[in-house]
Amino acid sequence: MNLSTLFLIIVAGTVVAYFLGHRRSFAVAKPVGGVRNLATLPSYYASMMGLWALVPALMVVLLWSVLDSAIIDSLVKSTMPSEAKQLDDDSFGLIYNQVENVAVGIGSIDALGREYEPAVERLRNLNALSDKAMPILTIVVLLLGAALGFKGIKATHNARYAVERAFNIFLFVCSSIAIFTTFGIVASVLFESINFFQKVPFFDFVFGTHWSPQIAIRADQAGASGSFGVIPLIAGTLLISVIALSIAVPVGLMSAIYLSEYATTRARGIIKPALEVLAGVPTVVYGFFAALTVAPAVRRVGDSLRDWGANNGIDWLANLAVSSESALAAGMVMGVMIIPFVSSISDDVINAVPQSLRDGSFGLGATQSETIKRVIFPAALPGIVGGILLAASRAIGETMIVVMAAGLAANLTINPLEAVTTVTVQIVTLLVGDQEFDSAKTLAAFALGLFLFVITLCLNVIALKVVKRYREQYD
Amino acid sequence: MSTSTYNSGSDADQRRANRTKKRNAAEKRFQWYGRLSIAFGIACVLYLFTDIISKGIGAFTQTYINVEIEFDREMLRLGEAPTEKEIKAASFNSFFKKTLRAKFPEAQSRREKSQLYAMFSSDMPLILRNMVIEAPSILGTKQNVSMIADDDFDTFFKHTYGRDLNAEDRISRLSDFQESILGKLVDSGAVEKRFNTIFFTNADSREPELAGIRGAIVGSILTLLVTLILSFPIAVATAIYLEEFAPKNKITDFIEVNINNLAAVPSVIFGLLGLAMFINVFGLPRSIPLVGGLVLTLMTLPTIIISSRSAIKAVPPSIREAALGMGASKVQTVMHHVLPSAMPGMLTGTIIGMAQALGETAPLLMIGMVAFIVDVPGGISDPATVLPVQIFLWSDSPERAFVEKTSAAIMVLLTFLIIMNSLAVWLRKRLERRW
Amino acid sequence: MLDTAKETYQTAGEPFLDEPKMRVRNADVFYADKQAIFDVNIDIGKNEVISMIGPSGCGKSTFLRCLNRMNDTIDICRVTGELFLEDQDIYDRSIDVVELRARVGMVFQKPNPFPKSIYENVAYGARIHGLTDTKVELDELIEKSLHRCGLWNEVKDRLEEPATGLSGGQQQRLCIARAIAVNPEVILMDEPCSALDPIATATVEELIHELSENFTICIVTHSMQQAARVSSRTAYFHLGKLIEVNDTSKVFTNPEHQLTEEYITGRIG
Repeated sequence: MNLSTLFLIIVAGTVVAYFLGHRRSFAVAKPVGGVRNLATLPSYYASMMGLWALVPALMVVLLWSVLDSAIIDSLVKSTMPSEAKQLDDDSFGLIYNQVENVAVGIGSIDALGREYEPAVERLRNLNALSDKAMPILTIVVLLLGAALGFKGIKATHNARYAVERAFNIFLFVCSSIAIFTTFGIVASVLFESINFFQKVPFFDFVFGTHWSPQIAIRADQAGASGSFGVIPLIAGTLLISVIALSIAVPVGLMSAIYLSEYATTRARGIIKPALEVLAGVPTVVYGFFAALTVAPAVRRVGDSLRDWGANNGIDWLANLAVSSESALAAGMVMGVMIIPFVSSISDDVINAVPQSLRDGSFGLGATQSETIKRVIFPAALPGIVGGILLAASRAIGETMIVVMAAGLAANLTINPLEAVTTVTVQIVTLLVGDQEFDSAKTLAAFALGLFLFVITLCLNVIALKVVKRYREQYD
Repeated sequence: MSTSTYNSGSDADQRRANRTKKRNAAEKRFQWYGRLSIAFGIACVLYLFTDIISKGIGAFTQTYINVEIEFDREMLRLGEAPTEKEIKAASFNSFFKKTLRAKFPEAQSRREKSQLYAMFSSDMPLILRNMVIEAPSILGTKQNVSMIADDDFDTFFKHTYGRDLNAEDRISRLSDFQESILGKLVDSGAVEKRFNTIFFTNADSREPELAGIRGAIVGSILTLLVTLILSFPIAVATAIYLEEFAPKNKITDFIEVNINNLAAVPSVIFGLLGLAMFINVFGLPRSIPLVGGLVLTLMTLPTIIISSRSAIKAVPPSIREAALGMGASKVQTVMHHVLPSAMPGMLTGTIIGMAQALGETAPLLMIGMVAFIVDVPGGISDPATVLPVQIFLWSDSPERAFVEKTSAAIMVLLTFLIIMNSLAVWLRKRLERRW
Repeated sequence: MLDTAKETYQTAGEPFLDEPKMRVRNADVFYADKQAIFDVNIDIGKNEVISMIGPSGCGKSTFLRCLNRMNDTIDICRVTGELFLEDQDIYDRSIDVVELRARVGMVFQKPNPFPKSIYENVAYGARIHGLTDTKVELDELIEKSLHRCGLWNEVKDRLEEPATGLSGGQQQRLCIARAIAVNPEVILMDEPCSALDPIATATVEELIHELSENFTICIVTHSMQQAARVSSRTAYFHLGKLIEVNDTSKVFTNPEHQLTEEYITGRIG
């Protein structure tokens, strides 16, 4: 029986238990003079019985799935031939894998060696036993639980307390998923990063200026070791982010100012959603747009400038070289993507500036733009800075645009017309496709992930603090 | 002295007038900066959409070539009443080539012949075979068959043929021989453009003319289904807990901090989490919608939680008091009154979260949903890809026809997103009307 | 801060009764560190209408909300002292607030019908307390409750329409109908007419008067006239202290305490 059938049985059992409980509570109510004389409503008795059926059965399935393989492993190990037991962990694991494969019918016992036959046999038997025993045990527990719940339906027993407590526990468990997610993220990037730093020295990673993760298969090939200096990636990420922000911040900020200070309600109602369309477009679409439309356009413009420069004898223009995967194209498109992000945060922040400040400035005879520049903007500045930090964290963490439009070449440059690569691009490139989890190349992706996580987390924490403090100032 | 005062006064007036003029000009300028910014933003929206649409609109039509084919028993070496097995064993490949050679005797050399075959989709023999399997009675008869044109043929016919273009804009990967055949076919009225159903009914393929988005759409639906089933209850439960039940203590604060930070973690990091946890630690298979859904659940949870919380906050406290005053327990108050009132807001947040999940690519790349998958997935544990990843994959393909397909897939994706977002807006409007 | 050295004072008039419905002794209420109610001692009689008056912020509403533990919903609020409903300590650990609130109902300042149908509003209490076994019984209960509030004839044809569509006065009477459908022993009313126009107020006051035959009613009001019209006894609160409790007529004609006199003559407001 597979797991989903078992789940269906458990759910069905729970539903049946619920309805049985409902009927039972009416039966219990009859001799005491109707439902009004029960300690609580029939639906609570029914829920109680349903929970008694559901929760223990689920626990059995959960515990069984967690412990099953560990227990079977240790039992099978005892039947392995003695020479296998003396092997170190890695080689033993390999042999054990083969035993497992043979047990499910992949490969033949002859290739593995006859001496492993008892182990294979044992494993096969235990697996078969486990497959049968788990559903039976689960169903027995479900029935027992339901019976217990059934017995608990008494006129004097208030089932509401138990049901509500269960509900509360459920809510708490759901809430704690956020914590587990954070721990999961930290754990997954941290452990693999530690493995990585055992292979590659920490300082080589942080201060290295050369990034070429391709490790040669044969030791005599060039660049056999691979080098993992993160500086070019950081430089590339920063370059693209700066380009993006230098488009998004002025445009987003000015749009927000115009919308909140000048535009009529009607215009605002139309323009705001129209700008927000930019935020709803998936990043892969921007990536496609950047790679197929903007990058060639940038290149064309560059080329014609170069030709013009060459014809008119302007040397620096004549030497202009635009890469087909220029940082400029990726950065510009990313900037467009972030515009609504900057504008909506700025909009919130500007709207939070109290009207009295505006009135004060107008009262002195200031024009609207002077009021905005001299009064509102300085007052809103902390909030705007917070918003820009959040936007920067967005830009740094953005993946698809740069994967599709920026290159893989880890150039250490500040020339926006050259191809650069970013942290996220490298994470994706290193991990897409087949990986082995012990190669420095794969582990490097997790080290980059850790780096990215820490940077964005810091930016967010600072930004949220700044924005919060700003809010408190005017509350 | 009085004159000088007077003079300086007039000077001051003059200066003030000048300054006012300047200030007003500055005011005008400032307003124009704002208008230009907005215009830039709107222009980007328009340009993006027209660019995608102009690139992709062509993919919704496909070129067919109507050819009369005689299903000759002898050529196929099939008897009076062939079994399915026999039909499958028959060599439709050589039958197809022979038929074409007979139809187009001008193909003489080996090269010309192979160029002739290449004008039709490489799946044609298979399609002919399936026709026979479906209706063996067509054996021995002549049938008018709409043959799918190869992508080069298709692209040339749709974009270049019959137009007076200069050499730069001509898109042609056809040889002169192929172009001459094409010209003849068009003259005989055999070539026609039809709505491209293949695009919606096929899964991915190496051949652009056979590649479709059905597999990716089904994959997206399955993935989103997993995401929705998991994230909606969990997010609502979390929101209820934090707004209604959570005691004010360190754990609650910690949960809140975590949610706020997770909302801003780059999506690619969630991909790393999925790879390290779900695939490496829990041993789930790669490329399946279940894992994709799990990752997207963790990613969209903060969004849905945050909007659900504000929906709960918007429920007037008088309703809670009324219920509590009636002797409803806290749980009853929440379930009977707060939750129904907050539901439209929660659904709005959920739809927005789902739209986000639908457009998400990077974390799914990490967990291996980038594989080339020809089958439409049948369940959440079948290997699958999703629409945005399909777009990513196609955008990498060198064929010119795939650019068109990619843009068309983007149009489909954007259509879904627009529908979802309009639904959210509509729900929000309804919500506003109620309170 | 007065919470360190406990201040004692004597409530003027006749705060105590024989065989009271509710008995309150030495009740103090704190919001975090701030004390809102000081050492209140009072009895509430069976089937009487007792009104609580006093300047705003005097703690009369806070006190009312202690009587069915509505203050439990405020995290920082803490109540000490003895509060009894007949012979049951309502702050005892073993007491289920849900059952307490079924016995001590409440009507709020602003009419707050649920955003559901009129029928569902009145049926809600019966549903959550399991008061009826059948639909017929429930229908009867709803008709009876609406009748007693004089609302039946106004709404009988539109029971399925949303309650939020009723007028303010109708909404408030619906809230009262909703409260009495549970058949409580005591009904607490927190300024029930403050959001209503004079005509609706008069209807509600009349209703309170009729209900006093079967229910004990505690009403907080900011209007001395209203207190005089509807209640048999009146309690005067001042800065968290219960200054005087007496028959209504006596409080308004011949108050014993100087603060009471100052309040009813309009010198404190």
